[in-house]
Amino acid sequence: MTDREGIVTLVNGPVVRAKNMSFFKVREMVTIGEKRLIGEVISLEKDEATIQVYEETEGLKAGEKVISTGMPLSVKLGPGLIGNMFDGIQRPLKTIENIYPNFIPEGIGLLSIDEEKKWEVKMLVKEGDYLTQGQVFAEVPETLSVIHKIMVPPNISGKVIFAKESSTYSIRECLIILEDGDGKKHELTMVQEWPVRMPRPSARRIPIKQLLRTGQRVLDIFFPIAKGGTAAVPGGFGTGKTVTQHQLAKWSDADIIVYIGCGERGNEMTAVLEEFPELKDPRTGRPIMERTILIANTSNMPVAAREASIYTGITMAEYYRDMGYDVAIMADSTSRWAEALREIAGRLEEMPAEEGYPAYLPSRLAEFYERAGMVETFNGEEASVTIIGAVSPPGGDFSEPVTENTKRFVNAFLALDKKLAYARHYPAINYLTSYSGYIKILEDWYRENVGEDIIELRAKMLKILQEENKLLEIVQLVGEDVLPNDQRLILEIAKVIKKGFLQQNALHPEDTYVELPKQYKMIKAMNHLYERAFKCVKLGIPISQIKEERIFDEIIKMKYNIPNDQIDLIDGIIEKVDAYYEQLEAKYKE
Amino acid sequence: MRKEFLSLNKIEGPLIILSKVEDVAYGEIIDITIDGKTHRKGKVVKIDNDKIVAQVFEGTSGLSTHNASIRFTGTPLEIPLSKDILGRTFNGVGNPIDSDFPIYSNKRYNINGRPINPVSRQYPRDYINTGISAIDSLMTLIRGQKLPIFSGNGLPHNELAVQIVKQAKIRGAEDDNFAIVFGAMGVRHDDADYFIRSFKESGVLERVVMFLNLADDPIIERISTPRCALTAAEYLAFECGMHILVILTDMTSYCEALRELSAAREEVPSRKGYPGYMYSDLATIYERAGMLKGTEGSITLLPILTMPNDDITHPIPDLTGFITEGQIVLSRELYQSNIYPPISVLPSLSRLMKDGIGENYTREDHGDLANQIFSSYSRVQDIRALAQIIGEDDLSEIDRKYLEFGQRFENEFLSQGIDENRPIEDTLNLGWKLISILPKEELDRINPKFIEKFYMN
Repeated sequence: MTDREGIVTLVNGPVVRAKNMSFFKVREMVTIGEKRLIGEVISLEKDEATIQVYEETEGLKAGEKVISTGMPLSVKLGPGLIGNMFDGIQRPLKTIENIYPNFIPEGIGLLSIDEEKKWEVKMLVKEGDYLTQGQVFAEVPETLSVIHKIMVPPNISGKVIFAKESSTYSIRECLIILEDGDGKKHELTMVQEWPVRMPRPSARRIPIKQLLRTGQRVLDIFFPIAKGGTAAVPGGFGTGKTVTQHQLAKWSDADIIVYIGCGERGNEMTAVLEEFPELKDPRTGRPIMERTILIANTSNMPVAAREASIYTGITMAEYYRDMGYDVAIMADSTSRWAEALREIAGRLEEMPAEEGYPAYLPSRLAEFYERAGMVETFNGEEASVTIIGAVSPPGGDFSEPVTENTKRFVNAFLALDKKLAYARHYPAINYLTSYSGYIKILEDWYRENVGEDIIELRAKMLKILQEENKLLEIVQLVGEDVLPNDQRLILEIAKVIKKGFLQQNALHPEDTYVELPKQYKMIKAMNHLYERAFKCVKLGIPISQIKEERIFDEIIKMKYNIPNDQIDLIDGIIEKVDAYYEQLEAKYKE
Repeated sequence: MRKEFLSLNKIEGPLIILSKVEDVAYGEIIDITIDGKTHRKGKVVKIDNDKIVAQVFEGTSGLSTHNASIRFTGTPLEIPLSKDILGRTFNGVGNPIDSDFPIYSNKRYNINGRPINPVSRQYPRDYINTGISAIDSLMTLIRGQKLPIFSGNGLPHNELAVQIVKQAKIRGAEDDNFAIVFGAMGVRHDDADYFIRSFKESGVLERVVMFLNLADDPIIERISTPRCALTAAEYLAFECGMHILVILTDMTSYCEALRELSAAREEVPSRKGYPGYMYSDLATIYERAGMLKGTEGSITLLPILTMPNDDITHPIPDLTGFITEGQIVLSRELYQSNIYPPISVLPSLSRLMKDGIGENYTREDHGDLANQIFSSYSRVQDIRALAQIIGEDDLSEIDRKYLEFGQRFENEFLSQGIDENRPIEDTLNLGWKLISILPKEELDRINPKFIEKFYMN
């Protein structure tokens, strides 16, 4: 196979060029040099190829060999993904640690999910059955929360001519053999390989129709994310992107979470590793780690693997989607991924477009976000992939290329605001500039599942906040005292909405996750307070009387004081509101 | 002995280009002899067939295409390390400059290090008591954290760093397992002297390892200075089990050097001419802080950078803030009002604080109190803006209370002596005293049971 060996001619950071490469394909995975570094062919010209290398290239020499692996950059999909943490090219970090303690060296080769581990396999088919692509032929309890469904890989179908009994097997063992129409035999194991840059197929796309419940009030009520939808969370540093992403990973009602730490801090991934096994999924009562896959390519790990990590993550997500699960993927942060593209483009001396980013940035972003969606699987089930991408705009300036282009491809935009973060208003989601297209799409769902009047209530509360914003500009100039009473009431109610509803304490046990019924009752109570108080304003009662500290305080604090499972207590608060304003009205009517 | 090369193709800024060389490794160190006398070091930064590009650490002045002979060492830049480095001073490539006495060690360490496996990291939790109220209470420094000081030219960041060094008490660190690694990049001689003098005065000099690249030293060495410093820190922390405080100053000079080099290599520039890989490059420095499971030691990193034109959105502070775990921001306005340390509280942040304070660490009310101070002080800013327009007299009573709180917070809480070491207990009590200027109802960030316990009438 000497003709399948290239020779390194140029080394420039993570970019390597090699000659004698005419037998290689674009996007093929290769190993380079004595250390067998892993790389990917990204372009070919005559017999010269440009390769991006996923490991540190220090020590590489011109003249070293490039060896083909014969396949594109792929991930192994099978049991053992959940609960694991991988680097950008699906190498399990715990396994790496066992071989090389503490620091990650280069040249560790290709590792993936554990091939030795025995899984309890329940076979669902027998000899003589006819199977088509995507059909489930066995089940493996991967964790106590997730049943891993073993499927026929895409583009394969045929008659089962051999099937093993239910028992324990490792992922390497052949479970069934299919014979297709041409008489070709396919031996199927628990694992399938899939090239990361290619979306996995499904039967068809179907319209979005369900909310991704997050337990975060500002999202669920004001700027919802839908199952199968896309959302971007942009924010400068210190505005709480990562906390927001962590909250979503913890509390979203998806079946599977894929969390990609793309070019971010090492300690953040460590925190996830420590925290997630301790936290309980509110739906199953099991640790949320049992439904989570982590991908960590931290900022100091090789930049080319950072570029790949996004694709590795989305491919895993699609795989679980094909089993019929709702999967949510958090990419923190897509800006680092875009910067990795820029860095590699720079090394390739490509013509830069805006701010040095390559001209193909928008199309890459679109390709990524378009892999989200609600689909019908080959099994006829409904399943979804939801993408929530953090964006880290330099200087918190949203007019930069990554934020601008991301905005074009996502339907929910959750803008994190520095000013709110400085005032420790968390989550610092700006309620004036954020938007979500899903409120319209999910309108019927909301009316049916949350409350008949929820859409109107939401609009009304947003209007109060808009109004407040305008009034505050006046207050800045002339002070609050000169405003008429109805406007001062707007300011007070806006304060209640902000403190009591929008602000949510991720560290408070009762407040970190809130069920929709409580959210709805809370907003109802706030509206009720506004209505009663407004009536008093109309009667000419002074604002100092209307703004009864005790009542307002109780409304604000109900997020802490009313447990998720005792929301009827809110009715008690509403009664107090009524009682107070009734006696106030009575007093003034006399 | 490997071949020597006697001619250079091209000399351009800090770069030299050689051709017809073989068997050269990317990142390899070259030894350059000029006129058969002086030696310089360089590093291979690009290989293109039989042509290589190398950067010369000490700069290329005095070099001609014919007076130099180049020898390839076959190894990347490595420095020998042993515990003897304590108390010594080195240049930016790790050669001792305080005496001719070299460091003897069998082991040599690649200054580029390798990324810490996130799985091997120990999440930092123990707080470091710095005795500085603003830091301890509002942006608590945690052992193993990377917390930069964002400063401006002429602001007292050096004083603050020295005060932290003098007063810092790390849990588990005694005299014999605590050390400071000091890396200076492009720093003025008098600034470096100030640090050395202060280390001497506080009696820690024999526990300091210094890597100095002063303002008039070659810029290429500036690139390797922080890497040498952190390699030494990793050795002391993870092999000798010591607690290391690393101070890197000034990261702005470092980034400037990076830009200069990038321009010399004719790379495609990104924002403000800085190279597109600056984020990744800074990450390979900052991310070397931390703790490892199963080892005793820790690396706490305090980089100092001067924000060009005091602009926090400039690429250097911006990219730094995206990598580090918070930031301490200094304010010119406070400094001009004669407040030391002039820490601008609102944009400052410690990301690791939430896990290292509260019961068992500092005091149970710490988190709530800090939140309340941030929130109330942010309100103070709005009211000040209002007072500018309508005058203080027309403010409502509650707004005037806020103004009083803001004023006293700056003068009594933020402000403290350069040698004043305030225990955390005093700091928190002082915080309560000041926040109690505001009526109880305004304290919406504090658990009522703490208000009960600590509010002062």
